[in-house]
Amino acid sequence: MHLTEQEKEMLNGAKGNAVKKSMEILVALGEIYGAKKLIDVTSVQIAGVSYDNLGDAGLEFLSEMAKDGKTKVLTTLNPAGMDMENYATLGISEEFAIKQKLVIEAFTKMGVIPTCTCTPYLIGNNPHYGENIAWSESSAVAYANSVLGAKTNREGGPSALASALTGKTPEYGMHLDENRNAKIKIKVECEIKGTHEFGALGKVIGEKVKSKPTYIAGIKKATIEELKSFSASIATYGGAAIFHMEGITPNKTPIPNEEIIITKNEIEKAIKEMRMDDCEIDFISVGCPHASINEIAKLAELLTGKKVTKEFWITTARPTKKIADSAGYTKIIENAGAKFAADTCCVVAPIKGRFKCLATDSAKGCYYAYSKNQSKTKILPLEKLVEEACE
Amino acid sequence: MREMIGRKIANGKISGEALVTTQGISFFGGVDPATGIITEKGHELEGQSIKDKILVFPQGKGSTVGSYALYRMKKQNTAPLALVNKECETIVAVGAIISEIPCIDKIDISQIKNGQKITVGATKAKIIIE
Repeated sequence: MHLTEQEKEMLNGAKGNAVKKSMEILVALGEIYGAKKLIDVTSVQIAGVSYDNLGDAGLEFLSEMAKDGKTKVLTTLNPAGMDMENYATLGISEEFAIKQKLVIEAFTKMGVIPTCTCTPYLIGNNPHYGENIAWSESSAVAYANSVLGAKTNREGGPSALASALTGKTPEYGMHLDENRNAKIKIKVECEIKGTHEFGALGKVIGEKVKSKPTYIAGIKKATIEELKSFSASIATYGGAAIFHMEGITPNKTPIPNEEIIITKNEIEKAIKEMRMDDCEIDFISVGCPHASINEIAKLAELLTGKKVTKEFWITTARPTKKIADSAGYTKIIENAGAKFAADTCCVVAPIKGRFKCLATDSAKGCYYAYSKNQSKTKILPLEKLVEEACE
Repeated sequence: MREMIGRKIANGKISGEALVTTQGISFFGGVDPATGIITEKGHELEGQSIKDKILVFPQGKGSTVGSYALYRMKKQNTAPLALVNKECETIVAVGAIISEIPCIDKIDISQIKNGQKITVGATKAKIIIE
């Protein structure tokens, strides 16, 4: 891989240890994946923030990097393992909270903005078409490549941090146009409506084609919330970094000849798999990926004058929560007995074993509830979740 | 004595005893970081310790948190001395670099036998089997 004189200096340690380590990571990845050079990035999103996933090893590494590392570009953060202000109400231990705060401190010291959200594009880290970026968080990667038309590989936590501290990434994979073209056409022959059905569609496609870029025809319209749900699901169940949706997403691609048809039957089957038997709902969660202000407004409308009888979390970004506060939605929702969990989510919070049956509108949420937190799941549309909660 | 040339992933030179597997390794969930013992059910090396070995395996697998797990093992002195891969991927590459464990790939690992003494000179992308 070709390095400029300045990049060689960074690699040799002239710009400090954190930059040296970062360059070693980027150069090694570049060599492994056949990059010819490093390119500049303008935006970074870092995953691997929850202490539940990082452990002391991760915390130690981040503290080491924070000794002399400083971000060079706009860098935002994935959800933490808890609401940073309101963790006690949500049943998070003080011991966990102390470690989680140290993780956030290390990131903040490096100049990372502690947004703690998986939807950076909703709160100000919103790259435009064609921009080269380095994002981790698989749902945000799929959204950025596909819906925004920005260009990023599926980074891991350390490689995204390396890009933040150097402003660079190796040029391979999704940064090269030829790799972004669709490899297979998906024809959807039924109407898809609501975040839960878009999630189910992502699961069906992901399981069929794995990480291959797809050209999806037959979707007449999709809201931002539906695209957010779909991006999370197709990335979770298949590993895709990009998809193309006819008439909806902005990237250009040749249309592949190979075609798969998806019918109502398959969507229903996927929903059935995530709507399990012998599952007595004891936990309801909305906001995977993090709830938008529009979803919160809808929830406030549905919950007006109601009382929930089960543990009910709305996970969202803190800036979105602040808008909900001033718009009066928070008061309505909290009066109904539901709780906000800002900065965190059901995938990364330490809730393994706490609940037996999660009801959610998120297909990604179902995957992690089952595989990571040993909980059964019931996927339902938003309206039905509120009905269940108030039963 | 035989020499093999591969590709450097992480710098360093060290000698030790080879521990070889034909199966991928998950460093998050598949290895106990406190002891270095492989815990993955049904793995060829289940119950064996990778601590202070030249660990020879095709490639890493599983969660990207595996990079941090390698770092943790290095800090606790339960890490392998060096890593030799057929085809290195992101988890092992990043883990080796941040933990400063010498790592080399593009090696025909079927030529290396369990218990052989080998020297990994990652900086020159070379391994020597004694």
